[in-house]
Amino acid sequence: MSVLRSNPAADEKRASLLVRDVNTYYGASHVLQGVSLRLAEGEVVALLGRNGAGKTTLLRSIVGLTRARSGGVEVGGRDVRKAAPHTVARLGIAFVPSGRRVFGSLSVDENLRLSSRSCPRRKGPWSVARVYETFPKLADVKARGARHLSGGEQQMLKLGRALVTNPNILLLDEPTEGLAPVVVGQLGEWLELLRGEGFGVLLAEQNAMFALRHSDRGYILEKGRIRFEGSATELRSSEELLSGLGVSARAVRVVDAAEGRES
Amino acid sequence: MDTVVIEVSGTLSAASSLFLASAGLTLIFGAMRVINLAHGSFYMFGAFLTTSLVGFATGARFWWAVPVAALAVALIGAGVELGVIRHIYGKEHLTQLLATYALFLIFADLALRIWGAESRAVPVPKSFFGSIEIAGEQIPKYNLVIVGTAIAVGVGLWLLLKLTTLGWRIRAAVDDPESLEASGVNLQLLFTVVFALGALLAGLGGAVISPQIAVTPGIDGSIIVGAFIVTVVGGLGSILGAAVAALLIGASETAGTLAAPDWASTFPYIAMIAILAVRPWGLFGQPER
Repeated sequence: MSVLRSNPAADEKRASLLVRDVNTYYGASHVLQGVSLRLAEGEVVALLGRNGAGKTTLLRSIVGLTRARSGGVEVGGRDVRKAAPHTVARLGIAFVPSGRRVFGSLSVDENLRLSSRSCPRRKGPWSVARVYETFPKLADVKARGARHLSGGEQQMLKLGRALVTNPNILLLDEPTEGLAPVVVGQLGEWLELLRGEGFGVLLAEQNAMFALRHSDRGYILEKGRIRFEGSATELRSSEELLSGLGVSARAVRVVDAAEGRES
Repeated sequence: MDTVVIEVSGTLSAASSLFLASAGLTLIFGAMRVINLAHGSFYMFGAFLTTSLVGFATGARFWWAVPVAALAVALIGAGVELGVIRHIYGKEHLTQLLATYALFLIFADLALRIWGAESRAVPVPKSFFGSIEIAGEQIPKYNLVIVGTAIAVGVGLWLLLKLTTLGWRIRAAVDDPESLEASGVNLQLLFTVVFALGALLAGLGGAVISPQIAVTPGIDGSIIVGAFIVTVVGGLGSILGAAVAALLIGASETAGTLAAPDWASTFPYIAMIAILAVRPWGLFGQPER
């Protein structure tokens, strides 16, 4: 997938999600300082940065769980900076939070069926049945209380819950956090599946190596500002940028070699 | 042995009243994390509205006075949520206590102005007048209505929470309100509905219990204490917990009356302290997240 950086105006038009010069505060602390970002459908974009850089706050500002004090958040051309979270969801933005945030006292099946009714006007190919087809493991545990699932199963459930609302764009917050390496590998496959389905994905990750392996472009967020924006290839090959994220470029090359790729 | 039936009946009836008064309180706290001191006011309004609607002396209109009173209280509840409660979500417990205590005082004053300081009575409806004989003992027939209503409310709430979309949303809001919101559910609207439902249950409790009590200003305060004990012992947010705790507290009251009549009213508190010492989060509650 190519990046149309030559024509920013066309880019903005194409973008389903546009974040423009957003400033967000927690109390007196200025967490996001003029952050801009864009994302089109069908594009997987990594949002990288160390712990505390503001990645989660940016996602929360987009969906309205934390209100940005100034700037613009546009979804399909509509400004939603001051909109309630459910309005943003109904415009096709699905937020997949980090950690074990499933509806723990509901069964797996109830989690999915509940979410499938949350955006009743949104039509699309995703149904509870299709989620079970895609993640057969979830079908096996559908009657189980969601709080008793493993980390990987919960990640599946959170993803399934997002898919049944038939969104255009998914915002994934630290999906690899706390997952066993095997499950991280599966997560990579799911991301490729999402890409194949034409979803736009904004992937906030501390695990830069993982994120860059599955994304087209990337942003590096540092202390509340975008420090760098570029293609995944550019990011992967810059030792300086990666070391800023705590990843040595050598590690990237080792992993690439192991996977039989060229960097 | 001949008193056993009477004691059991009395316990069931007291437990049912307690459950009716506390079900809405625990529902509201569970979903919204709001401690509503004005919950007793809803109960009182349910009772007072019934005295006004039921018709003088005859009580002929009792069966429609009860649902109308409950629905009217639900509307008041919705108004309270929109006007006050909405602005104190996520605030400190102290702020919530002060705000809902203010509501409690305002409603007490309103009731005094509307219905006066004197005690009002609701006649027991004709079909449940008098007593029935169970195992050779005379039990007030109306106890059946109170126990029946409590069971209907308990089962109804259980079905609601287990089977309906609204119920799933309420449970999901207890688990993770933000994720629910971000999935497309209008959380503010849901909270208004839950608060109105909680108020409806309190109003229904007051209306149904009204024929067995003297309806006077002040019943709001006396019921809220019992309702809070039941809610805390059962575990904040747990309907099943409220039902079990209501039975336990009712039984401890009865046991107290039999064992040491002078200390009877102390027994529920002793039961509460004993249970909370072992399980600070209540019988069916969960330790704070």
